[in-house]
Amino acid sequence: MERVPVLKIGDILLVSIQIDMEDQVALQLQEDLAERIVATGCHGVIIDISALDIVDSFVGRTLATIASVSRVLDAETVVVGMRPAVAITLVELGLSLPGIRTALNVELGIEMLARARQESNPDLDDDEDEADAAAVSTP
Amino acid sequence: MSGESQRLPVSTDQDVVRVRQLVRTLSVAVKLSLVDQTKLVTAASELARNTLVYGGGGEVVVARVQNERRAGIRIVFADQGPGIADLELALTDGYTTGGGLGLGLSGARRLVDEFEIDTEPGKGTTITVTKWCR
Repeated sequence: MERVPVLKIGDILLVSIQIDMEDQVALQLQEDLAERIVATGCHGVIIDISALDIVDSFVGRTLATIASVSRVLDAETVVVGMRPAVAITLVELGLSLPGIRTALNVELGIEMLARARQESNPDLDDDEDEADAAAVSTP
Repeated sequence: MSGESQRLPVSTDQDVVRVRQLVRTLSVAVKLSLVDQTKLVTAASELARNTLVYGGGGEVVVARVQNERRAGIRIVFADQGPGIADLELALTDGYTTGGGLGLGLSGARRLVDEFEIDTEPGKGTTITVTKWCR
């Protein structure tokens, strides 16, 4: 069975789905991501679906489950890169993906995660700056 | 009705992927618009999965069709499974017996131009959908 790779970039796990997934592959991705979130302590997940030419109700439900599981594990999920025809079809199918954050591309997804993290922990950014400053000034 | 038709068995997850790919290829060949291709492939994915999960497997026939004015794609999903006892209920958004979202049948119907269903408890289910070029 094929497997979708999960890449760690800084505080973010990045998944780019490049294959037409069998249902089992989608379920495996759901498990792999949950394990990687716990193993790495990452607070953000970005799932790039720009290569997918359809999202049916099974994949839609899997994305929603991934977002819910991530949230329970203290990570936010952003789905990025949905094609316009896929968006139209999903809505007509009756699946508007409630509870899933979306962004147009990976870059905007990263910004969205950074903002979400800062809003939930307002002092985090300041602390990090001080820590950085301290690190720089230490000879 | 004219043109070639292709038959695929549906007995594994991998077969559902093959159905999607075949429908995509033929949709491109008859020049369905990109949105219509996406809708038809998505509907085919839902219905092929139903054939597998609820019908216990079966087969799919994809054919190119032509009427006086337009070309299109017709897909038949057939299984010898338990059939659908309450069709009206099965076509309701959100109703499911299988733990899914209950959008497969009702959603697929919205994504195609023509939708026919022939089912009888104990005798299996045959669903025929058609999408025409605009």
